[in-house]
Amino acid sequence: MKVLKFLIPLTVFAVLVGFFAKGLYLDPREVPSPLIGKPAPEFALTRLDQPEQTIRRADMLGKVWMLNVWASWCEACRDEHPFLVDFAKLKALPIYGLDYKDQREPAQGWLAERGNPYDASLFDANGRVGIDFGVYGVPETFIIDKQGVIRYKKIGALTPEVLRDTVLPLVRKLNG
Amino acid sequence: MADARRLLAAALLALAAVVPARAADAPASAASAATIKFEAPAAHLTAADPAIEARMLEITGELRCLVCQNQTIADSHADLAVDLRQQVREMLQKGQTPDQVRAYMTARYGDFVLYRPPLNGSTAVLWLAPAVLLAVALVALALVIRRRSQLPDDQFEPDPVLDDDPRSGTPA
Repeated sequence: MKVLKFLIPLTVFAVLVGFFAKGLYLDPREVPSPLIGKPAPEFALTRLDQPEQTIRRADMLGKVWMLNVWASWCEACRDEHPFLVDFAKLKALPIYGLDYKDQREPAQGWLAERGNPYDASLFDANGRVGIDFGVYGVPETFIIDKQGVIRYKKIGALTPEVLRDTVLPLVRKLNG
Repeated sequence: MADARRLLAAALLALAAVVPARAADAPASAASAATIKFEAPAAHLTAADPAIEARMLEITGELRCLVCQNQTIADSHADLAVDLRQQVREMLQKGQTPDQVRAYMTARYGDFVLYRPPLNGSTAVLWLAPAVLLAVALVALALVIRRRSQLPDDQFEPDPVLDDDPRSGTPA
């Protein structure tokens, strides 16, 4: 009984410390997306560089592809961009940009200056498609499979480690 | 004197040339984000119908803004919150119910956006823990009181004798 009196508070304390310690390493910005495993939302957007050409969800079926949400006003996109430019050289999968709440001119200038890793960028001026994809912190990256199902989402800037250790193996698996 | 004035003019010119260049360079994110926000037509900032506006604020007051996570979508000035308020206005104008609005939000951002999360497997601990803790505390309290009420008087420390207690008999 004497031992219990000492052990119970100690155990409770240890459990609390465990929770807090875990909490220190969680990123509150990384909210698990309910879209993973669900079909990608419908979209029909014009190309950033060719306003007369529209790309729809159905056009993308049959291939594993990456949707990278970016904007010329986005700070973190600048950090991410060189990694994406390098990654595009591997030609591991088609990379499409979603130019989120941007204007055509600065966006095109941004790509001309920093390199264009995208097969095409979809121009989402009012951000409605971004909302349908549950975008809340640009940059965000989605991997979408041949059936049009979202298989992976990365919130925040991609790093060479994420591209190498998570994205590439997933793409290989999805391409079978 | 004329030299100084010329120098000042040159300095001002140089500044005028540098400042916009800087603005276009580093803080372009903040600057262009702001431009985009203010480009929205003024009519979009509130619904024409005050009843819709009130219902919109009521619903978004219970939704979490994902950009500044401790604010509601109703309160937040984040760009995304402005867009989502407009989205909710349009949904209400089309006659959709608050439940449909909440379903729209959770389909995109998960239960995380709800300040009142639904009771399900992963939130059971969250909802039930306060009641369980209260029950444990009440049982512990009852046990302690019962045990102490059965103890004889000599098990308790005597009440401290206070200096200014008139019953203590000792002059202060």
